[in-house]
Amino acid sequence: MHLKSKLGGAAAAAVLAFGLSTAAQAQMKVGFVYVGPIGDHGWNYQHHQGLLALKKALGSKVTTTHVEKVAENADATRVITKLASTGHNLIFTTSFGYMNPTNKAAKRFPKVTFEHATGYKRLSPNVSTYSARFYEGRYVVGKIVGKMTKTNTIGYVASFPIPEVIRGINATYLSAKSVNPKIKIKVVWVSTWYDPGKEADAAKTLIDQGADVIMQHTDSPAPLQVAEKRGVYAVGQASDMRNFGKKAHLTAIVNNWAPYYLARTKAVMDGSWKQQDTWHGFKEGMVKMAPYNSAIPAEVVKLAEDTRKGIIAGTIHPFEGEIRDQSGKIRIPAGKRADDGLMAGMNFYVQGVDGTIPK
Amino acid sequence: MLLRLEQRPEVSKSMVYASPLIAVVLTILTAMVMFALLGVDPVKAIATFFIEPISTLDGLAELCVKATPLILIGVGLALGFQANVWNIGAEGQLIIGALAGGGLALAFYDHSSIFLVPAMLVSGVIGGMAWAAIPAWLKTRYNTNEILTSLMLTYVGLLVLSYLVHGPWKDPEGQNFPESRLFHESALLPILIDETRLNVGWLLALLVVVAGWLLISRHIIGFQIKVIGMAPMAARFAGFKEKRLIWLTLLISGGCAGLAGVIELSGAIGQIVPSISPGYGFTAIIVAFLGRLHPVGVFFAGLLMALTYLGGDSAQITMNMPNAVIGVFQGMLLFFLLASDVLIRYRVRIGPHKVQAEVAE
Repeated sequence: MHLKSKLGGAAAAAVLAFGLSTAAQAQMKVGFVYVGPIGDHGWNYQHHQGLLALKKALGSKVTTTHVEKVAENADATRVITKLASTGHNLIFTTSFGYMNPTNKAAKRFPKVTFEHATGYKRLSPNVSTYSARFYEGRYVVGKIVGKMTKTNTIGYVASFPIPEVIRGINATYLSAKSVNPKIKIKVVWVSTWYDPGKEADAAKTLIDQGADVIMQHTDSPAPLQVAEKRGVYAVGQASDMRNFGKKAHLTAIVNNWAPYYLARTKAVMDGSWKQQDTWHGFKEGMVKMAPYNSAIPAEVVKLAEDTRKGIIAGTIHPFEGEIRDQSGKIRIPAGKRADDGLMAGMNFYVQGVDGTIPK
Repeated sequence: MLLRLEQRPEVSKSMVYASPLIAVVLTILTAMVMFALLGVDPVKAIATFFIEPISTLDGLAELCVKATPLILIGVGLALGFQANVWNIGAEGQLIIGALAGGGLALAFYDHSSIFLVPAMLVSGVIGGMAWAAIPAWLKTRYNTNEILTSLMLTYVGLLVLSYLVHGPWKDPEGQNFPESRLFHESALLPILIDETRLNVGWLLALLVVVAGWLLISRHIIGFQIKVIGMAPMAARFAGFKEKRLIWLTLLISGGCAGLAGVIELSGAIGQIVPSISPGYGFTAIIVAFLGRLHPVGVFFAGLLMALTYLGGDSAQITMNMPNAVIGVFQGMLLFFLLASDVLIRYRVRIGPHKVQAEVAE
């Protein structure tokens, strides 16, 4: 009798434990993998803002985890696998270099959902890809910098010569050129996404070469801080960076991931998640402009805003022909607009951009 | 000066080997204080850091995968360091070795052959050796400082890698992104345990540990290495060929680093990417010293160092701690190791120098 009751108790405990564990499984766990520190105030910071917004919106219905500074090599596979095997139902991998590790993990964990930012491989049905049309923001910025520069020279701190970055340089140049025919763009490649020292050195060099507006496609606020110190303008990257240089900061192209993260998490929770390739811009709110600096004349702000609204309405497209490359070859014929395929693989400078793309 | 360090007449041999353990214990104790101050349960935090990562088969496999390059490079470096040959450029040798092996995988992309992996491993070793041969030649021919030349060649190696993945070796179907195509099945190292990434590279690391130990403690070359490190003049009188030992230690450490690179590439990554190594060549320097420049010590030091990385993952995933805890751990470990080494060799004296008085007594 005594033994029996003991056994009964054990069984009850086992049932209870099992019940608890299934309840724990029903809990939505979302993991994020970042390539840099969340304190970069750029790319990773904005993804983390998305995580925080997700937590705020869903409260106790969701548990979030993030791992920062995960290198894009053997470490990435380890971290993604670890997240997948510790009960995370949805994993956002937020850097291009995680593409193959994400797809490998997706194959091994078919019940876990994966979302990879900026990639193009979706080898299993449980992987989606997403990115933002940052070039739309560059096109709006181009109008402003074209009008604000006195030396007609834009300095551009660039990371790696991939289509994403080249597209941004081209969009900036085409836009600035449309309001300032004398515009020149100087590019310094720093071969890193995040290295405040190198980024600052590049900005200094560009200013020494006559640039009076600094743009960047790297993640730290260092170029902006240099611009503030040297009394020239700059444009923030990924997040509203105005606190790092109140006078210099003309505006910033803000990556707003929160709506997407919320929508995709809800989709996993209610079972409506489907594989897709997302490329959202101003229209869907994935790209936003930070507040404009009060030093920008009202008519320039209006020009910028009209451009932004035109892009949303579809009356303006940053890559509308005729567009030639540096060799003079027509890449986009007159009256035509670049399709997503051409933009996604853009590996040429448009005519008028100085220098060559490093190989 | 109130505090001064006075050399101990004799260094306790047992303490030399105990100091890494002392350093580990002090690191853990300090970390526990730190966690307590942060408002985290210290015992739970330490368990998360050191035990949770290796509580599963997958975790153990990952520990070995992470430790493989550290051990391989650490053993090679330890031999050189014992002979006072300071190869600081293992990172560059790793990269060139990886490229030599990975290039073969790309060149024979369409072929499947059982000879491909062995050929890749061999060419990885040769690649690493070739990169280390440059500082060796410069040192033996022009008496240049190998610390500088090997370190600077690391950056050259990184640029070579960057050129290849942005240029000729870029995946033709890769939408212009800087990485090579994925290696063919037959260019990947065989996996030892299914569903994990534990591969043949781990066995090679063990083999290198044993070979390193035999060389240093059982072979005449090991004896020469030790003598030249401790008493260069005596070695010269004994007729040891110093230049030959410089060449030998640099080639061995370069070859080990190259092997580590190709194992990382074809074992854990499976393609050539712009950042093959998260600094293994530099971390291995710490591993070599933590392991007392002894191959077996390096083996354990490599595992410990690998564990700090895995522990960092767990701390972030399970306890929401920032990534910086990994750096804090590794920094404390090195600090306590160096501090205990100093105290083993010296004692702290308070007050002015009193040698004169002692002699008078």
